[in-house]
Amino acid sequence: MSEIGLEKLDDNRWLLPQTGAMRVPGIIYANEKIRDLLKHDESTRQVANVAHLPGIVNFSLAMPDVHWGYGFPIGGVAAFDLETGVVSPGGVGYDINCGCRLMATRLTFPDIRDRLKELTEALYRRIPSGVGSTGYVKLSGKDQKKVLEEGAAWAVRAGYGTAQDLETTEDGGCIGGADPEKVSARALERGKQQLGTLGSGNHFLEIEAVEEIFDETAARVFGLHKGQIVIMIHTGSRGLGYQICDDYLALMVKHQTETGIALPDRQLACTYLSSGRGQNYLAAMACGANYAWANRQILMHLTREVLEKTLRASPRELGMRLVYDVCHNIAKIEKFSVAGQEKKLCVHRKGATRAYPAGHEAVPACYRSVGQPVLIPGDMGSGSYVLAGQAKAMDETFGSACHGAGRVMSRSQAIRSSRGRSISRELADRGVLVMAGSKGTLGEEMPEAYKNVHDVVDVIHQAGIAKKVAKLKSIACIKG
Amino acid sequence: MKTYELFDHTADLGLEIYGRTKKELFANAALALFDMMIQDARPPTKRGGRERVKTRTVQGADVADLLVNFLRELLYWFNGLGWVLNRGSILMCGNKKLVAQCVVEPYNPKRHMVKTEIKAVTYHGLSVQKIKSGWKARVIFDV
Repeated sequence: MSEIGLEKLDDNRWLLPQTGAMRVPGIIYANEKIRDLLKHDESTRQVANVAHLPGIVNFSLAMPDVHWGYGFPIGGVAAFDLETGVVSPGGVGYDINCGCRLMATRLTFPDIRDRLKELTEALYRRIPSGVGSTGYVKLSGKDQKKVLEEGAAWAVRAGYGTAQDLETTEDGGCIGGADPEKVSARALERGKQQLGTLGSGNHFLEIEAVEEIFDETAARVFGLHKGQIVIMIHTGSRGLGYQICDDYLALMVKHQTETGIALPDRQLACTYLSSGRGQNYLAAMACGANYAWANRQILMHLTREVLEKTLRASPRELGMRLVYDVCHNIAKIEKFSVAGQEKKLCVHRKGATRAYPAGHEAVPACYRSVGQPVLIPGDMGSGSYVLAGQAKAMDETFGSACHGAGRVMSRSQAIRSSRGRSISRELADRGVLVMAGSKGTLGEEMPEAYKNVHDVVDVIHQAGIAKKVAKLKSIACIKG
Repeated sequence: MKTYELFDHTADLGLEIYGRTKKELFANAALALFDMMIQDARPPTKRGGRERVKTRTVQGADVADLLVNFLRELLYWFNGLGWVLNRGSILMCGNKKLVAQCVVEPYNPKRHMVKTEIKAVTYHGLSVQKIKSGWKARVIFDV
């Protein structure tokens, strides 16, 4: 929105001054190029809207992949005081704990070059994807309750992976305080069939190769080296998460007037963190988050099986290992220093990744010397990045970085401009083999629909939020 | 008269829906939702098909909230129950309550091609207004 004036703070940050009923100013991480893109959408207005919410601490933040969402902007970060602040289901999003999981292997590109098509087809057959896809894991009511309470640990106990995988999953793949009693029958029903599925839209499974190393030390610590084959999975909590968000959003809209909180956008419906309703949402949201971690854990296991079988490789030869698993749609209670005092806050990350620095107790011991891996997928043609969280993230962004490239084109615009073109052939020309459930998805997700991921990552790197460790090139991609 | 059209939204799907009356607006919104999700959302059905008639009462804090609650119920019919809406009419429509009668049939992958997964109906940029030629609503869906 061009009428909202942004003041340049430095090469990578813009201040959105506090005006009207905003309780704090906003800060948007962007270079000149990204800032120009913001003039064409509503995301700046949305950063301002979030600043209206009670108990917001310091700033309403937006990462450089910011774009127009609903309620919160996508790429938005906001932290709230536990006593005076609120929790907003829309500030987490419908896909609770949507996130990325990166797996490393011992393979290099020559090991799979001749088998790539076969391998991609085998993955496409084995990994359920597409709208309404159902999984192989059929949950009894009792098992589902355990999934919601225990997350990835349930999947490991059920034979999908190893305990080592949990060590390199954010929060060990489980948020505490999950209470299945706070999840509706509708959400539970939707969750029964979908564990171990990828879904559709921007969710994907991608085979990538490490193309460039920026930081040798951190790459070694993360177990990454040039030429190595890695696999990235992007998905979340499926219908169960959507339903939890929707149920609580409806509830909060219904009772919004009782809270006395005036909202600039109904989608920001919220309630005080200290209220029963707020606590119930957090307990239900934790169930959604845990389900998503179990989902990605199962998908990793299925991927491992397919690779072993197709390449006729032993587990040792394949050497598949979880580098890290991050969530980027979440609200979490975390500790930060506010005005020199350590305080627990509820951080909403709506399309933003946690980016804790070296030495932080929540970073797995094996990575603590360099910082938490931050996984940033780009569009289908540009590949992805691995970064490591930096100390400045704790000072400025409540330990958060961007989560992707961020869309610039609406889905209908993308479909219009992809008409008459073969996106899969264009990608093949760029060395990326794509298999998608529908041609529509490929059009919607065409590379031009996204910002340049290199620009987005450079802003985060230069701002000192997270440093670039490795760049990954897409080789094959499975879309729902 | 066109019943709905798309408007651009960066991440999601925006629909502008029209109707000569409020009842028609709500009925058109319901059909537009299924039109977005499923190719041939209103297929011809054979006699003795698996169609069923469902009557639902939906409530809301105001007319805009009522529209969201109505669409969210229909979205659950598809996502949660596997029902596809073939046609429907609004029997009663106030500002806070409506009664809808809908003809649905079970989703059948052989006949219904799913075009877009709609995750949710949002309140962002939501409006329901009376215009010269009848009624108009704007709704953004999370896809």
